[in-house]
Amino acid sequence: MSRLGNIGARLYRGDVGYDFIGHRKLWYGISILITITAIVGLVVRGLNMGIEFEGGAVLTTPKTSATVTHTKEIAEQESGHQAIVQKLGNGGMRIQIAGLDTAKSSEVKESIAGDLKVEGNDIDTQLVGPSWGEQIANKAWLGLGIFMVLVVIYLAIAFEWRMALAALIALVHDITITVGIYSLVGFEVTPGTVIGLLTILGYSLYDTVVVFDSLRESSRNVTKQTRYTFSEIANRSINSTLVRSINTTVVALLPVAGLLFIGGGLLGGGMLNDIALSLFVGLAAGAYSSIFIATPLVADFKEREPQMKALARRVHAKRAKNEGREAQDDFGDDGPDGTGPEDGVPGPGHGSVQVDPATAAAGVVGPRGRNEAAGARAQRRQPSSRNRSRNRPSGKRR
Amino acid sequence: MAAPKKGRRSPGAHAKPWRSLFLILLAMVGLTGGMFLSGHSTPRLGIDLAGGTSITLEAKNQPGKPNAINQTNMNTAVGIIERRVNGLGVSEAEVQTQGDRHIIANIPRGTNEKQAREQVGTTAKLAFRPVLTYAPTTKQPKPPQQQPSQSPSKSPSKSPQTGDKPGGTEGQQSGQDSQGGQSDQGRAVTDGLKAKAAPADDKPTPKPDKSTPPPTTPPQQQQPPGVPPELAKKLQKLDCNSKQAKAKVSERASAAKSSEPVLACDAKEKVKYVLGPVGVEGKNVTDAKAQFDQQRGQWIVTMSFDSKGSDDFGDTTGKLAKKQQPQNQFAIALDGEVVSAPSVSQRLSSNAEISGSFTQESAQELGNILSYGALPLTFEESDVTTVTPALGSDQLQAGLIAGAIGLALVVVYLVAYYRGLSFIAILSLLVSAVLTYTIMSLLGPAIGFALNLPAVCGAIVAIGITADSFIVYFERIRDEIREGRTLRPAVERGWPRARRTILVSDFVSFLAAAVLFIVTVGKVQGFAFTLGLTTLLDIVVVFFFTKPLMTLLARTRFFSSGHPWSGLDPRRLGAKPPLRRGRRASAVRTDPKEA
Repeated sequence: MSRLGNIGARLYRGDVGYDFIGHRKLWYGISILITITAIVGLVVRGLNMGIEFEGGAVLTTPKTSATVTHTKEIAEQESGHQAIVQKLGNGGMRIQIAGLDTAKSSEVKESIAGDLKVEGNDIDTQLVGPSWGEQIANKAWLGLGIFMVLVVIYLAIAFEWRMALAALIALVHDITITVGIYSLVGFEVTPGTVIGLLTILGYSLYDTVVVFDSLRESSRNVTKQTRYTFSEIANRSINSTLVRSINTTVVALLPVAGLLFIGGGLLGGGMLNDIALSLFVGLAAGAYSSIFIATPLVADFKEREPQMKALARRVHAKRAKNEGREAQDDFGDDGPDGTGPEDGVPGPGHGSVQVDPATAAAGVVGPRGRNEAAGARAQRRQPSSRNRSRNRPSGKRR
Repeated sequence: MAAPKKGRRSPGAHAKPWRSLFLILLAMVGLTGGMFLSGHSTPRLGIDLAGGTSITLEAKNQPGKPNAINQTNMNTAVGIIERRVNGLGVSEAEVQTQGDRHIIANIPRGTNEKQAREQVGTTAKLAFRPVLTYAPTTKQPKPPQQQPSQSPSKSPSKSPQTGDKPGGTEGQQSGQDSQGGQSDQGRAVTDGLKAKAAPADDKPTPKPDKSTPPPTTPPQQQQPPGVPPELAKKLQKLDCNSKQAKAKVSERASAAKSSEPVLACDAKEKVKYVLGPVGVEGKNVTDAKAQFDQQRGQWIVTMSFDSKGSDDFGDTTGKLAKKQQPQNQFAIALDGEVVSAPSVSQRLSSNAEISGSFTQESAQELGNILSYGALPLTFEESDVTTVTPALGSDQLQAGLIAGAIGLALVVVYLVAYYRGLSFIAILSLLVSAVLTYTIMSLLGPAIGFALNLPAVCGAIVAIGITADSFIVYFERIRDEIREGRTLRPAVERGWPRARRTILVSDFVSFLAAAVLFIVTVGKVQGFAFTLGLTTLLDIVVVFFFTKPLMTLLARTRFFSSGHPWSGLDPRRLGAKPPLRRGRRASAVRTDPKEA
């Protein structure tokens, strides 16, 4: 933990970090590639729709000694339709017969029960009309649409429209990836999958919202200071909330992994497994997109604003002037932690613009630390440790 | 932990955390107490966990009535289906609407399950139409003499057993065969007008009764007057021999206007009819039930009408009574199919009874059809799921194991990463679990909430969401400590920001759950409900438990001194310079006094 804790601290202060914004083109590229693959997969291979979407019957038998092939033969012979048979973890069989209509299913069930020598009453059946799955899916699309509109409105109010837009893009991206993986791997799509997919909506945004919240805080007074561009601040936000993002994702994935393990292992399919699988894929995609896609997108959008452009110009100008002077000032500051500026040099968590190590270290206290403090004020504190100690009491009072 | 808390409790300034903790404790005790008092100490299990049959019906627009699917009609349909199902002795069956056009009927495993399913599927429209003429369905003009047992059972009941003997097995399959036993046209109708003819009540003027199962009176084949020739011709061609053909006929018949004569097949007998315009609508029947007539020693069906129904019925039977066989019969047409065609000998009004060779079952069946038959909408089965108790309990078990594994993994992760802080997280998770469980148990009787598999999934996924809130808060506190603050200010300063993050992200989660709950149907709804509930509880727990507990524990030496195992060790967190460490130490020392 000490390692982890230290990394957390160093991430927090920006000593270490990954330049998410700077490398955004790379990640955009990767995402576009994945998305294209997903769409191609969807078009070429289509989705493996479950019985629920085509109409038919799913029979689940109790433990039986019959083999899968034998059962399949029987089922197809009795029903006159294609059957898919899976062996379950408990020794039972899961028989899916597409196109079997409701009226005929009882007979088929009885005759299968007879052939497999199990009690007809012990067989679970699910009969689905051909339009049922479609309706679930239609409702799901409707829900998705309504949710997206509402959430964009909400985020636009709670944050701002750029963030809402970026979050929406990230969300669409997550769903595309999940659907794409389903089509490429050939997982069966069932109502459970749809449920899982819909849950991703809330969850993928959860991550995004956490990052955005920190971003909003640290960028509140961004125009009043001249030390960092918006992109740099955004990058710091990502890095400083990285531990949190990782933790929340891991903690969210763990129960889902438990579900997946049990659903897939013990029950050998069914609703638990379907929900868990799409959740797992979607959550992972969601964590990725909120870090690598959503925030860089916000930064991109923001940097188009005239104010931000002006800010970037001021920052570069100032930086050129100040260079060299501060490097020594802050040296003593970070020494005691064992994470001197030198440590910070290798991976300063900053934007595409190169920043000198000193600013990197100083930035810690700046935009994030005292959030209410204007960046400008924080910056005044920066130059030397003498200055800092003088400011401390007031800081505490605040 | 308790001891240090106690020591610091007294001063007024920080009494608040105790109040919230007390509140939440009170809520937990109250809910748990309520749970046990109400006798529902476990959540009601859905069909997929407890076993049983779940049927989802979708309302279909009928030709000519595009706006029939509305809230009122859906509610009426739910009421009727519920009475039908429960009228068959299936207790605890539950029927409810979902979304704007779906009805879900959950029938627990047990009595009459199969039959109940048929009843749910029978989404009939009932009408009384005078019989203009009828003919046997067989090609040769022979009187319909088939044994009832051979007659193909009609669509509503798929059960193969048709031959009921009088007094046959009860509780079994009353399905279609109930009427099947008796040939319809021969059935005697007696009407006891209770109001009018008190004596007539027990001695119903038995008209031609066919008290014996096989159709007694072979109908004449000659064309009675008053039948439009083209209909008579069609009648000859009418095919009632196969199920499919019958289904087509009844579809056409039920789609026809009520003022027009229609062709219809009999549900059981091999007879086909030309029926006149609707005399009485099924919805005008207020009540109908099977009764055992002690005097005659037979089962009869009594029915009563509302005022319009009485008038209509009086008019119809008045006219019919004057006519000759077979035109003195009226057909009870269910979904365009004749379930019974008793004859009439006199004018009847508000109360009437039908006698004949009923068995208990067939009488009850007819009674049910008469009283509940008039569904305002037609429905189609979208999904029928039958789960055996064995699989149900397997799934429940699997869900619980999955939940336990998930919870254990989360706890291990939290302990490994947050050490002492995980104590707070785990306690909060526990509180959250207790609240969720008790509320779910209480919601069962209160709003009919049933825990199904997707709901279990939702609860498991919620472990992660709940734990995420703690992580957001803990990371905030750690950030504050890295700033060089001591624990207590860190806890207080970190809170407003963490609170906002938690609220915003929980709101998004809740929004997703709410939209899903409103828009979707079936299993998705159960999932959305749990997710929404746990999201709300997450906020409650974080606000009224986690934060106050954190405030309290921040006063303990273990946490405030940054014990290596507290998860808040400033050195490990990489807090600011040593100068501050000195100050922090002194702050700790003064802490007790302040508090």
